[in-house]
Amino acid sequence: MTTTGPGDSKVEFPRDRLSPISTEADVSMNLSAVGEKPRRQSFFKIFGSMPLMVKISAVWLIFIVGLALYAKLDTSVFNGALPLQDPDFQTNNFDVRTGDFGTGERLEKPSGEHWLGTDAIARDTFARIAHGGWVSLIVALVAASFGLIVGGFLGALVGYVRGWTETVVMWAIDVILAFPALVLLLAMVSIFRVRSLFIISLVIGVLSIPAYTRVARANSLAISNREFVTAARAIGTSRTKILFREIIPNVMPTLISYAMVAAAFVVVVEGTLSFLGLSVQLPQSTWGNMINQARSDIKLDVWQVIYPSLALTFSVLSLNQVGDFFQKRRSVRDSAI
Amino acid sequence: MAKLLAARFVRLLATLFAVTLVSFFMVVLLPGDPAVAILGQDGVQNPELLQQVQDELGLNDPLPVRYGRWLGSAVQGDLGDSYTNRGQSVADTIRDRVPVTAQLAAMAILIAVILAVPMGVIGAYKQGRWPDKATSASAQVALSVPNFITGIFFIWLFAVKLNLLPASNWNRMSNGLGANLKTAIMPATALALTQMAIFSRLVRSDMIATLQENYILAARAKGMSDRFILFRHALRPSSLSLMTIVGINFGALLGGTVVIETLFAIPGLGFRLINAISQRDIQVIQGITVFIAVVYVVINTIVDLLYIAIDPRIRRK
Repeated sequence: MTTTGPGDSKVEFPRDRLSPISTEADVSMNLSAVGEKPRRQSFFKIFGSMPLMVKISAVWLIFIVGLALYAKLDTSVFNGALPLQDPDFQTNNFDVRTGDFGTGERLEKPSGEHWLGTDAIARDTFARIAHGGWVSLIVALVAASFGLIVGGFLGALVGYVRGWTETVVMWAIDVILAFPALVLLLAMVSIFRVRSLFIISLVIGVLSIPAYTRVARANSLAISNREFVTAARAIGTSRTKILFREIIPNVMPTLISYAMVAAAFVVVVEGTLSFLGLSVQLPQSTWGNMINQARSDIKLDVWQVIYPSLALTFSVLSLNQVGDFFQKRRSVRDSAI
Repeated sequence: MAKLLAARFVRLLATLFAVTLVSFFMVVLLPGDPAVAILGQDGVQNPELLQQVQDELGLNDPLPVRYGRWLGSAVQGDLGDSYTNRGQSVADTIRDRVPVTAQLAAMAILIAVILAVPMGVIGAYKQGRWPDKATSASAQVALSVPNFITGIFFIWLFAVKLNLLPASNWNRMSNGLGANLKTAIMPATALALTQMAIFSRLVRSDMIATLQENYILAARAKGMSDRFILFRHALRPSSLSLMTIVGINFGALLGGTVVIETLFAIPGLGFRLINAISQRDIQVIQGITVFIAVVYVVINTIVDLLYIAIDPRIRRK
């Protein structure tokens, strides 16, 4: 796992020379767009302005999210009636419906029936990848929600009110960040006997808060000194109202574009956990546990390792690409003001 | 200066205290009674014996007392005994395994720096042109591939296909350096690629800033070759933040080698931690977690102080 992910913005580089290129460290320094109401741009307009690689990444993300939703819809609403194979069905097993043994074999090559072949116990790999995508999607969404709501609020709050609240909150954040991320995560995960998707998302969600808080605080500090905040105070607006009407709405856009890059990190972390067998329990497929299960047959068939690895890597790469794109877009807009 | 050092020291102590507190209470929350874990079936059948072991371990004392006792012996280097491997002291386990993990982390950082510095320098020198785009793209990819996937790919290529290196296991340094390196090179490189991506981005952006300084222009005006300017004049002032992140990431890698150690069956700290988690061996989880966190915090503080020592501009602030 990456040891310095997007969450580790705690490295404070000297700001005596500002590099002209926006680095990750600069993200927290962005002033947010204020003053004008940002024009809402249509999805297609934004999509059109993307460089080719970012376009491909966006298409991949839409595809993988769609696939995950489709897979979930198949099992939970349509009871497997949609055209997608059962991810847990072992195709070489005795089938009660036909009264015969299945014709499937383990480690089949890709075919019309099994698009990506079958895994070590003859389950359809494509269906398992689709369902594994659901786990990654949920974990990423929950982590982003925790980060945006709790981390965003905390950061915006302490950046605005300062004082002892800030000291206490940031000290607590520093303590959490004093642990190497994976070690803390492992220790926390080991507390739970049952590791459901809910528990795993919750733990990763809670651990996402500190990084978001740091980013939000840095932005909130900058925004709190802007003229419109002073103006709001001058006309007697209450502090609570300033926080919710002026600070938080201006912190959020930067934080949302940070969320995509953070989601890339979260997907890797979940993959790592499930690779170690410490994420959502079997038989639920995740990309990480598929890789782990397939690696024992690597001498027979390396492709069963490659498919879930590519699904994971492409998704992380795409999140990074699209996230970087949105962050750059924001910083360009900000510098224009 | 003395005031700054004192402030740092106080902050270090406060953080260390909090880190031990978090480690202790997090692990105390683990469900299951350690006494039952030790005694197994005997404990369930014999409540008196269970009671006796619980008293022996001090499990019935109030939490603050237990924390105080644990911290008291921890600062003396005693982290207790493993619950599942009776008689095996956690401190000995850590002492035994740290060299392995430290070697892996150090090799990974070394490989990463060797690869990243030329990448970053080329990227800055050819800013915006194809060499820059190529190195930036490879950094982006290296950053996005989780290291266990890189590790499996290495195993497939070098152990299964080419049969050059062993797929797993570990030879200690005492078995000869060659044998040791043969088992260390794949896991270390798998760890290094992510670090390489981080380092090369950093060198590139710092280098771009340095290249705009006047003394670079002066050197160029004197007719010095580009290569000389890049590596002799520009690299050193551009490597300050690299040095910082090298230190910090070395600390983080001590905990970050978990997956790679598991994948390659390397008897380091991380592998032991994973074992302890699956056996619910509380003492070992606690010991390793707190050890890694303390080392990480201390390294971060040292790096901070070194930074102040190296760059006088920060001292003056």
